[in-house]
Amino acid sequence: MANPSDLYQTTVREKIFDVVNYLFLSIVIVITLYPFLNVLAISLNDSTDTVRGGIYIWPREFTLNNYLEILKYDNLVTGFVNSVLRTVLGTILGVFIQAMVAFTLSRTDFQGRRFVSVVIVLTMYFSGGLIPGYMLIRDLGLINSFWVYILPGLVSAFNIIIIRSFIDGLPFSLQESAKMDGANDFVIFYRIILPLCKPVLATIALFVAVGQWNSWFDTYLYNSMNDSLTTLQYELMKILDNTAMGGSQDANLMRPNDEQQVNRVSPQSIKMAITMVTVVPIIMVYPFVQRYFIQGMTLGAVKQ
Amino acid sequence: MDVAEKKQVRKLKKSSLLWKTFKSQKMLYAMSLPFVAWVFVFNYLPVWGWTMAFQNYIPGNPFWQQEWVGFYHFIQLFQDERFFLALRNTLAMSFLGLLFGFTIPIVFAILLNEVRHSLFKRVTQTITYLPHFVSWVVVAGIVTKMLSTDGGIINDLLVGMGILDQPYQFMAEGKWFWSIVTISDIWKEMGWNAIIFLAAIAGLDPQLYEAAKVDGASRFRQIWHITLPGIRPTILVVLILNIGHLIQIGFEKQMLLSNSLVMEYAEVLELYALNYGIGLGQFSYGTAIGIFNSVVSIFLLLLANGIFKRYSNQSVM
Repeated sequence: MANPSDLYQTTVREKIFDVVNYLFLSIVIVITLYPFLNVLAISLNDSTDTVRGGIYIWPREFTLNNYLEILKYDNLVTGFVNSVLRTVLGTILGVFIQAMVAFTLSRTDFQGRRFVSVVIVLTMYFSGGLIPGYMLIRDLGLINSFWVYILPGLVSAFNIIIIRSFIDGLPFSLQESAKMDGANDFVIFYRIILPLCKPVLATIALFVAVGQWNSWFDTYLYNSMNDSLTTLQYELMKILDNTAMGGSQDANLMRPNDEQQVNRVSPQSIKMAITMVTVVPIIMVYPFVQRYFIQGMTLGAVKQ
Repeated sequence: MDVAEKKQVRKLKKSSLLWKTFKSQKMLYAMSLPFVAWVFVFNYLPVWGWTMAFQNYIPGNPFWQQEWVGFYHFIQLFQDERFFLALRNTLAMSFLGLLFGFTIPIVFAILLNEVRHSLFKRVTQTITYLPHFVSWVVVAGIVTKMLSTDGGIINDLLVGMGILDQPYQFMAEGKWFWSIVTISDIWKEMGWNAIIFLAAIAGLDPQLYEAAKVDGASRFRQIWHITLPGIRPTILVVLILNIGHLIQIGFEKQMLLSNSLVMEYAEVLELYALNYGIGLGQFSYGTAIGIFNSVVSIFLLLLANGIFKRYSNQSVM
């Protein structure tokens, strides 16, 4: 590369800058990764040995027993199944519906476009709040029901806007020629638009899936009385509970303490093994969709 | 009458045209209207619930049989010491979140952009995204583990370096709570929030840098005179979005990171509403707190918008 700047010698100051910069970024990497490695190491260490402390990034007495031990917690197995179910179902339904609405909003010839657009976009700017939301879910009979995980967040305005701006970038002539061939709007959406939207749909699917997989508050608020509807994150939340150090007083009314009495005794190593189980599926997926979500993120912010 | 008749005909023609387009677009309506109804139920209907704040709401009773009490719950609210603590915590943590959660990703993006080694750059980026995808439950668990007095790395390091004589209970000290929340947030979101700035920097014209180098500008000068002004529009857009998010202060991290010892510094308005409203079944009181929270949020948004407008001649709204 014939770069004129190569002719200029890098000064000492620039060298120092580079060294400091690499050093700083390396520290950032260590700070980001260390906790995960620490959790992994403890989860692979013998649980009685862990009590002695001093495990950092390498297990002292390697064992897989902690992971086998987890299988004995009934709630964790049910929670895992439910978490997978809500993630799969919520993602498929959510992405499909959001793409469909986005498609109708991208059609400038659509009469109802303005109305639909305003009603949906407004939802980004207000919220009824915690208590009224809770009362609504209760009145709809969604408490103690699996559907409370899927239904309330299905129509996300933010995602619709991102998908729409992607569809806007596609040539309209594709739709016109299909229309000439007598295809109706749903067929156009399903056969032509949907396949072309793969990159943006991958991004949205990632967002929705991560949101579903990671949510615990809905389980806690609506389904905490029903063990068959529990989710992995909620079980983890109960097991990791930080109140362990202070004991619970009336300030912590909302914390379900009955079960924690049992869980509190679960050894450090088992807690860390459960943490790994909730983290690993995400670590496995996200590097593969990375190139998509960078695209999607940039698109979303610019088009807002 | 002729004119009126013509008008009538034109009107009819127009409405029949409307009807015709409607019929030809029935599929588009079928694809969107059900979801308008959907958000009406899940997003608009709860706003009706705000009426509860002005009643002594008793669950199960029909609407017209509820007792109306006016601003009684709000007056109660302003007499509760705990409410003012919650207000203070909400304001403090949303301010800290905006200040650091916005600036640090910019600095990180600029520093990362200065890295010439492309593999190192890519790996750093991929690694720093990771915590964004992990739930707050896990992050709270990790933070507690790192700060714990038995075997937490922070205490081990501080004691090892002789800064502390003995392990310190960070999680049990209220005065540390705001910092812990803010730092955890940065740890989780820094890499993710830098994405957009990195994309903006990558879009800058390389010729600008070439010219600056020819003129002998140092790296700092290049950052100051080319990179920063170049990404100014992006910085403004993100600032706008972040200010918009002041509305959603959130309570998840406070709820997960707190314990009874630090409640005085951890309880934000939404948590307070949750504890009273659902925990104690005082739905009306809880709703009043929720409404007040919305008012504070909008106030913050307007305030930030005002300051922002003064310095940049642009507006959020």
